[in-house]
Amino acid sequence: MAMMKEVPDERGRYGSFGGRYVPETLIPALDELSVAYEQAKHDPAFHQELDALLKDYVGRPTPLRRADRLSEKLGFDVYLKREDLNHTGAHKINNTMGQILLARRMGKSRIIAETGAGQHGVATATAAALFGLKAQVYMGEEDVKRQALNVYRMQLLGAEVIPVSSGSKTLKDATNEAIRDWVTNVRTTFYVIGSVVGPHPYPMMVRDFQSVIGKEARQQFQNLTGTLPTHIVAPVGGGSNSMGVFYAFRNDPVALIGVEAAGSGIETGKHAATITVGMKGILHGSLSYLLQDDDGQIMPAHSISAGLDYPGVGPEHAYFHDIGRARYDAITDKEALAAFHQLSELEGIIPALESAHAVAWVIKEQDPLREQQARVLINLSGRGDKDIDSVRDYEEGHHD
Amino acid sequence: MINVGTSVAQVFEHTKSEGRAALIPYVTAGHPHLGDLEELVRAMNDAGADIIEIGIPFSDPLADGPVLQKAATKALNNGTKIRDVLQATERLSAHSVPLVYLTYFNPVFHYGVRDFLKAARDSGVKGIIIPDLPWEESDEVFHDTQELGMSLIPLVAPTSTDAHIASLAKATGFVYGVSVTGVTGVRQEVDAGVKTLVERVKRQISLPLAIGFGISTPEHARYVGSVADGVIVGSALVRRIDEAGVDAAKQTYEFVSALRKALSD
Repeated sequence: MAMMKEVPDERGRYGSFGGRYVPETLIPALDELSVAYEQAKHDPAFHQELDALLKDYVGRPTPLRRADRLSEKLGFDVYLKREDLNHTGAHKINNTMGQILLARRMGKSRIIAETGAGQHGVATATAAALFGLKAQVYMGEEDVKRQALNVYRMQLLGAEVIPVSSGSKTLKDATNEAIRDWVTNVRTTFYVIGSVVGPHPYPMMVRDFQSVIGKEARQQFQNLTGTLPTHIVAPVGGGSNSMGVFYAFRNDPVALIGVEAAGSGIETGKHAATITVGMKGILHGSLSYLLQDDDGQIMPAHSISAGLDYPGVGPEHAYFHDIGRARYDAITDKEALAAFHQLSELEGIIPALESAHAVAWVIKEQDPLREQQARVLINLSGRGDKDIDSVRDYEEGHHD
Repeated sequence: MINVGTSVAQVFEHTKSEGRAALIPYVTAGHPHLGDLEELVRAMNDAGADIIEIGIPFSDPLADGPVLQKAATKALNNGTKIRDVLQATERLSAHSVPLVYLTYFNPVFHYGVRDFLKAARDSGVKGIIIPDLPWEESDEVFHDTQELGMSLIPLVAPTSTDAHIASLAKATGFVYGVSVTGVTGVRQEVDAGVKTLVERVKRQISLPLAIGFGISTPEHARYVGSVADGVIVGSALVRRIDEAGVDAAKQTYEFVSALRKALSD
């Protein structure tokens, strides 16, 4: 397999995707961040500090293990990379640790973040608390309601949660508000972006911080089986856990599958399947695929999983899709819920609804996978505690 | 005399000869309704505006504060479409001081950059402002606007580097100076950094410089007009239109007249 071209280029481009589409006020801050990140990247002391934190505070490496009962049931090997076992319960902490260390190096005293499901907000609040920094987290009013437990966790960690009432009152609008705050307080404030989205260098930086998932998984899989997986499956909202696990395998003969949220069904228009049906456009600082109407207005996204409820996607995923390096499919709320129960009952693991989408894809595609004698690696990006109320509400019929 | 066919650059030559700054009010097309645009533009025109900014609403206006966000949401909720804005503008532009569009990059990109700019030119507008298209990403749009005889109006912020300011020398029309680090919106005071920003820009380039963001009263306009070549007023006017109901055109006329008087005194 030919080696892939290294992306992004110096302008933050992944093919035609990426870039920096933000107000001029922020451009110098992005330049400053790029320089600080480049220096940190080449500073062994930075890596030493980050690695120690990931090991002793976050709990890395996370385990990788064969899901025995699920494998027996499906008739091929399924392995789970357990990002749900990270401190705070999801992969998000890998990135916030890296960014908070960077914020400290840059002398920024105030931290802001946006959050959808709340996992990134909790991870940011956690990392900020660890270093005694003040964090303010923007969250759509709709998500504040859906994810009450995570709101309380952020508050316990000393962060301030700022509800956002504009637009669709979800992650997209929380992100707009975080950018507005950053434009206003750019001199003192570090904006911790939660996924591989936003203006350059964020998509690259978040990918790099999350790539620890794939690096570990590649080694662990080889140690366990003597070979590589045939398929890697991961959920895609903004796309940070999936890029984190894909990246180390980009030059391997391994199928990479990103699973988007089909919500109530693609045909209903109520979904978050950005790559599956989206068109190229510009939102939150980069050019990627977007859910938008005929006039280029951003369409609200819908998913039972607040973490996938985003009308955009990271530019590197858009690039992987365009060059055919990864495949993107969509799974409905119903299919994800069925997988949520199956994994809970078969493996004793209650997955985040995001991760349940990846499990559902494997169950749905079981026939061809069985024929290929597949060795499937699922990135279990987070645990499902935060979603239990959503699931119960949905199943009791309190959904539209 | 500013009349039909005047370019953006000529406006500043004219206002300079009168010894005052240019007045540039902003309205959101489709707020409260697209049908109101013609009357509002006429009111601004009659009240002495020198250039009029027409905002094409976008669902996610991340450089805007609450007033302009709300206006854009209202405009979109009542069905404002880009093609309708272009048509409305075409009817207006023949009877108006130079018009410029302000919109975000996605609607332009989605329409097709070249097609949109052509349609904008054909609707009679003389320039375009895209707050989320920074100068370093604007090569294609700049090239097309130059070819079509329009101005792509670049922005400069208090945080801008000298290298950025110097790179604006090739622009045409004017430079839009953002008075504060922040989003659009009404503010109590004009930021103390405005004078420094104006001086920095003037030291490096000769384009006219108009200042916007937070200029809310005739007093603000008088002060900014004494240091810069132009004064942009958006949220303060849109808020008045929002509150005025059926009186919107009258209130617009009175407010813009008061701003203009402050610049002419």
